[in-house]
Amino acid sequence: MKNNSSSLSAAMHGKDLAMYFTAGFPVVDSTVDIIQSLDAAGVPIIEIGMPYSDPVADGPVIQQSNLQAIENGMTLELLFQQLKNLPPLQSHLYLMGYINPIMQFGVDRFCTLAQSVGIKGCILPDLPPELYAASYQPIFEKYGLKIVFLITPQTTVERIKLIDTLATGFVYAVSSNTITGKAGNNSAEAIEAYLLQAKTLVVKNKLMVGFGIATGKALHKVCEIADGGIVGTAFIKELAQTTDVVSVTTNFIQQIAEGYHE
Amino acid sequence: MSVVKSKPSLDGFYGEFGGAFVPEMLYANVTQLQQQYVEIIAEPSFQKELNDLLRHFVGRPTPLYFASNTSRLLNTNIYFKREDLCHTGAHKINNALGQILLAERLGKTRIIAETGAGQHGVATATACALRGLECIVYMGEKDIQRQAPNVARMRMLGATVVPATSGSKTLKDATNEAIRDWITNAENTHYIIGSVVGPHPYPDLVTKFQKIIGEEIEQQLLTQTGTALPTHVIACVGGGSNAAGAFYNFIEQPSVQLISVEAGGEGVHSGKSAATTQLGTVGVLHGSKSLVMQTADGQVIEPHSISAGLDYPGIGPLHAYLYKTERASFYNVTDVEAIEAAFATTKTEGIIPALETAHALAILSKLTWKPSDVVVVCFSGRGDKDLATYMPFLK
Repeated sequence: MKNNSSSLSAAMHGKDLAMYFTAGFPVVDSTVDIIQSLDAAGVPIIEIGMPYSDPVADGPVIQQSNLQAIENGMTLELLFQQLKNLPPLQSHLYLMGYINPIMQFGVDRFCTLAQSVGIKGCILPDLPPELYAASYQPIFEKYGLKIVFLITPQTTVERIKLIDTLATGFVYAVSSNTITGKAGNNSAEAIEAYLLQAKTLVVKNKLMVGFGIATGKALHKVCEIADGGIVGTAFIKELAQTTDVVSVTTNFIQQIAEGYHE
Repeated sequence: MSVVKSKPSLDGFYGEFGGAFVPEMLYANVTQLQQQYVEIIAEPSFQKELNDLLRHFVGRPTPLYFASNTSRLLNTNIYFKREDLCHTGAHKINNALGQILLAERLGKTRIIAETGAGQHGVATATACALRGLECIVYMGEKDIQRQAPNVARMRMLGATVVPATSGSKTLKDATNEAIRDWITNAENTHYIIGSVVGPHPYPDLVTKFQKIIGEEIEQQLLTQTGTALPTHVIACVGGGSNAAGAFYNFIEQPSVQLISVEAGGEGVHSGKSAATTQLGTVGVLHGSKSLVMQTADGQVIEPHSISAGLDYPGIGPLHAYLYKTERASFYNVTDVEAIEAAFATTKTEGIIPALETAHALAILSKLTWKPSDVVVVCFSGRGDKDLATYMPFLK
């Protein structure tokens, strides 16, 4: 495998790329190969999607990858087994998904296993900060798991500050009020104004921008203001069409790095 | 045991159930509703407008009918609360009208809804036609095929019916699609949820618009019998909106026994059932914590009932709480028992019930009653929409 890590980091000049993919997609054993390829390509943050039957914040592409992964037999139990076999990585691993499977699995057990396989933190879009603080924070802290919260253009100044206080991983700025894979209705100017304001309010955490970022060029655009960007749907689309996830992943990151540079 | 309460806590919890588990993209809308719904509904001008519509457009109060033939057969006193006589044929219109008036006061110009069998979709499309608002109804692709007459009614009323093609293509997925629409159009859109499910404040909001059922039962019983309180109130429960409406006034009256009837499908343990309290575990579905039918890995299971209005894999958090506290008794009725009860009631009383209502009716002959009991069944809807299901059983 060609090591691209230098080209990505050279292109991004200290800004971060986070890549999302769905565990168990396109085939159940893809998880480890994709993680290792992303790590080798120098991706600083990897978001491992935990498949769920009813992903309300996701667009059709990620919905489909969730359903396919479930059909492939992916479960949280199996995911932790797969992650147990990973060699040491440079990338930081985050688990991303909905709260229901975690409740069913048992929050304490989930956190224990996440810590044991080297997970840095979690992104749980349907667990709002207030409910996290009320019931989950002590358990997450006990196991040293970081937490990421989302903000949107509708999130108030006061609330962004609260979220920055509670978040320990990074703050995930949704570019528009929309579902994953969609660019939303906001103009480029409106998004820029929102990100500029968010950047002044998020002082403790890195500000990472996601939703609708499909290319290196789009990533570069948000990185002019934010600390990094998140790519998911565009990557899932590529993975959906391959059996060779290693080459697809390596090439995808190469293209992101090239697009970013141009 | 502490007293069972009918109202949720300020953050929307009934005991351990409820809350608002929503992504940040919905926070602004959900918070706006949470902060304003109580006040808006209490405004005299809102109350007057809603009450006028309920009286003159819906036809309220609906009768509390003493079912003399059934009473004689069972040697007790059975009353039907005739929600089937509401305009559009079911209790769903009570909530749709209330939420339309709320949406107008929140400045929303676009209405979305989910529907399973189509009753809530028809009620919402009706309310939107009345008020001249754009209406989009999400309906599972499979349900669109199964419920053609209601799809036609919605279209005639001016609504756009959008097929939900994701997941299992039924009510659960129509609800997911409606939530996704709301996320994408958060600023101008109000989502009219049809049952006592969803994030806080929806379970309480919908209960507030349905509680008129129980209020009328109390007044009408007092007039007709001299006593306001029944001994039993029976209702079917899918998400649980007609049950919430019928029960609400009596939850804090311990002498009134509350009986909830879930859809047993082909039998609770047949693998084809919708009896959520019997098969569900604690989880989060569509924004609230409740009991959810799911796999060991937390994937939501597609339930089964012959009644499209009861095949929902969750249950409103109020009902999960009434179940957990044992304030309500939960029973379930199979597809076959519901069909039998529908035919028996039609012949005995001259009223064709909806399949959902037939589940509540079926429990009457399975329980024993005292001659002094006063039993009210919430007759949630009429059976016209279910003729296609009933017809093969006509001999």
